[in-house]
Amino acid sequence: MREPIKLQGETGTWEMVIGLEIHAQVNCNSKLFSGSATDFGASPNSQVSYVDAAMPGMLPVINSEAVNQAIKTGHALNAKINNVSIFDRKNYFYPDLPQGYQISQFKSPIVGEGWVVVDLENGETKKIGIERLHLEQDAGKLMHDQHPKLSLVDLNRSGIPLMEIVSMPDMRDWEEAGAYLRKLRSIVRYIGSCDGNMDEGSLRCDANISVRRPGEEFGTRCELKNINSVKYMMKAVEYEAHRQIEIIEDGGKVLQQTRLYDPVKNETRSMRSKEEAHDYRYFPDPDLLPLHISSERIEKYRQELPELPDQKRERFQSEYGLSFYDADVLTADKKHADFFEVVAKSRDAKFVANWIITNFFGMLNEVEKSIEDSPVKADKLGELFDLIQDGTISGRTAKDVFEEMFTKGGSALEIVESKGLKQISNTDELEAMVKKIIDDNEEQVNKYRGGNEKLFGWFVGQTMKSTGGTANPKVVNEILSKLLKG
Amino acid sequence: MTKITDLGVVETLDGLNKKDFSSEEVVKEYLKIIESDTKLNAYIHFNKEKSLSEAKKSDQRRSNNNSLPLEGLPIAIKDIFCVEGEKTSACSKMLENFIPDYESTVSSKLWKSGGIYIGKTSMDEFAMGSSNETSYFGTVTNPWSTDDNALVPGGSSGGSASAVAAKMAPVALGTDTGGSIRQPASFCGTVGIKPTYGRCSRWGIIAFASSLDQAGPITRSVKDSAIILQNMAGFDSMDSTSANVNVPDFVNACSKSIKGMKIGIPKEYRLDSLSNDVQRVWESGIKWLKDAGAEIMDVSLPHTKYALPTYYIVAPAEASANLSRYDGVKYGHRSENIKDLEDMYSQTRAEGFGDEVKRRILIGTYVLSAGYYDAYYLRAQKVRTKIVEDFNLVFNKCDAILTPTTPTGAFKIGEKNIDPVTMYMNDVFTVPASLAGLPAMSIPSGLDFKGCPLGLQLIGKGFDEETIFSIGSIIEESANFKYINYED
Repeated sequence: MREPIKLQGETGTWEMVIGLEIHAQVNCNSKLFSGSATDFGASPNSQVSYVDAAMPGMLPVINSEAVNQAIKTGHALNAKINNVSIFDRKNYFYPDLPQGYQISQFKSPIVGEGWVVVDLENGETKKIGIERLHLEQDAGKLMHDQHPKLSLVDLNRSGIPLMEIVSMPDMRDWEEAGAYLRKLRSIVRYIGSCDGNMDEGSLRCDANISVRRPGEEFGTRCELKNINSVKYMMKAVEYEAHRQIEIIEDGGKVLQQTRLYDPVKNETRSMRSKEEAHDYRYFPDPDLLPLHISSERIEKYRQELPELPDQKRERFQSEYGLSFYDADVLTADKKHADFFEVVAKSRDAKFVANWIITNFFGMLNEVEKSIEDSPVKADKLGELFDLIQDGTISGRTAKDVFEEMFTKGGSALEIVESKGLKQISNTDELEAMVKKIIDDNEEQVNKYRGGNEKLFGWFVGQTMKSTGGTANPKVVNEILSKLLKG
Repeated sequence: MTKITDLGVVETLDGLNKKDFSSEEVVKEYLKIIESDTKLNAYIHFNKEKSLSEAKKSDQRRSNNNSLPLEGLPIAIKDIFCVEGEKTSACSKMLENFIPDYESTVSSKLWKSGGIYIGKTSMDEFAMGSSNETSYFGTVTNPWSTDDNALVPGGSSGGSASAVAAKMAPVALGTDTGGSIRQPASFCGTVGIKPTYGRCSRWGIIAFASSLDQAGPITRSVKDSAIILQNMAGFDSMDSTSANVNVPDFVNACSKSIKGMKIGIPKEYRLDSLSNDVQRVWESGIKWLKDAGAEIMDVSLPHTKYALPTYYIVAPAEASANLSRYDGVKYGHRSENIKDLEDMYSQTRAEGFGDEVKRRILIGTYVLSAGYYDAYYLRAQKVRTKIVEDFNLVFNKCDAILTPTTPTGAFKIGEKNIDPVTMYMNDVFTVPASLAGLPAMSIPSGLDFKGCPLGLQLIGKGFDEETIFSIGSIIEESANFKYINYED
């Protein structure tokens, strides 16, 4: 079994205790309590209703689409969906928070305890507990670089629905934390409840971390805020663990703090201590009645839940005979899995999987394109494979054709035909060519027949050369064997 | 000769229907007295052009035989309702120059029914007060005042009650959180009803305490209130706490017999502090209902004494969050001499809010704070549930409850605004129905020894305003209350 990474300090060994809070922007057309649009990148304050701007007399009305997404996500996390949950006001002043409170769920969240299985590097898995999932509003955004003297406020994000998914403190090193974050991102993308784009901020992560000597009680934790990539989260945890160990080993005490990770300097620094922490004065929002969800509605979304990453991976192994590794790579991202399935349909699935993982993903990586932006779509790639399988082109030629398709466009067949790459499999045609080569190279033939069998490859090379590489190597081999025997 | 402004809602609509006068004439008459008033300060804002142009449009519709139910009727609006294009301040410096470009659901329904906006009435700042003395725009006077005895109109809808009593409007909208319609209605000798919580939409009404706030009319007759409420009520998908229930025929209910109805008299309302006058009027009320064939029964609402402290925890708690949006960032007052963000918040709010509002924000913040939440807010919520249960039990046995609206009649301006607790005691009879979300109406029923009006309160079952309209009509008929003939 995989042992979590332990850190070696001056005075001994330390282990980490990590829990993550993930803020996932709910994928839906309007805000949590108003009808405003939620498009990313719209011009400042163009998606703000009176409710979002907290104008006097405005009231929130729950968006049932967001509730449905939370129910689906709860199911995907193997969690209990609560029939009754309550929205609370979380009170604090900040210019990006127009109401002076955030509507969130405190004591009674929509989703209770659950779990996910995460995949570790060595192929092992680990079950990580989910404490809760609740719905809340996002705040707006302050802009400090638009005016020499003023800070400006953009309220487009104000009121956008978020799911806060809180894990149990079950992770013991940054690898596990990274695996958990990747798994959650994969799950929300699978069910479509969040687009999972960390660079656009639709998935953000806070990490709670403490250190302890093996077997001891949990230490004092620090919360690292608003981390926007898996890589940074892992680095932040690593840095923070070392920082805490150093403090304790120097005879100090870790202070319970909220800290900010700086990816440029790779360090964390204090935002506020426990003493400075806000008293949020949570209380049930009297503008909203308790959220009642019928058991039928909960069940409906359980039934409609799509196949999740783990299930898909298992199916890929059993249905297509793929290895764990290939199935895992293909199912990590639903779009990749869907692409594979389109291509693999009524084709040699193992061949397709292998080809996609090595050549197709390799190309995407090289040009830093996502699968949606790939100029070669699944059906077109399938056509290329058909040409390999029916012997029209060789696997070698296919790579060149694919590169051409990818960079310049066009279908596989068009490229093969216009460049004359069609494999020559016609036995008569090839036999004539081989005969000519044998006739023209009497000396070599005699050497071969005299026992120098290595020369067989030379004859293959000559034949391929004379056909511009389009000869079917299998057929060439057969003819050469036959004719050279004499 | 009867003046147009002497007419109530029913009579004004009647006159308009019979073409005795046009809406334009009616509106002109009201604008004239609103403009010339120097004593009451009931209105803080009006818009002659808008009112007259709306009146002309109304007359046009009438002449085209397209009359709406309230066609041409002037309606005064408490300054807590957002009225599109009109200053809406909740009588606070914080919103002194705030002009919404949206219309509250309730006022919008009235305009769609043909009502004409006649002006904004004064109120206690953010509806926090029982005397209308906390208005940023100055004290409002009760028309029942005498030269040597200047009385408060009650609050927080003091401007609305004062205006209706003084015949400066046939009807004014109010809001009631803990008695803010019923208590001023009682003090000014007018009818005022707080409907069931959820009956009217709160959308577009500046929030004080969201779980308690309800809009309702103040008029000079029970039937007038019924007509107006009929046109205000109804489900609104923009307010999550609005109830999706049918609106029954309130006007019809005003003429229903109350024979055989059971009226509860709660013993917990017989306070030692009850004045003899209030006691006498209450006894009269009981007699009138008995005479009309109702059955009177003693009932008990054992948690009544906890209602006032519960209210003064729940309402400020909600208010402390509701008023957080007034921070100087987006709209409203912003302090000019500020050093930094923190300073902007504290200076803006220090300057923008009056003392009573600050007091309640402090109380509300305190009762929600870590370490105090359980002892105050949570316990208050539990008591609130007990109060609801009290009413549920009593309403298993009776159809409505009769109590005085207030322990005393109107008091002098300046008499009680020194000590907040003395002021809060005014609400002792009105807050229980508020906490339980029940409909309650105050009907003018007599005078105290100083000659000031006293109201009786009817509390009904949830969404059963009909019963209190029926009983209220009997009280009205029996009391034969003489409305004041106020002359400036």
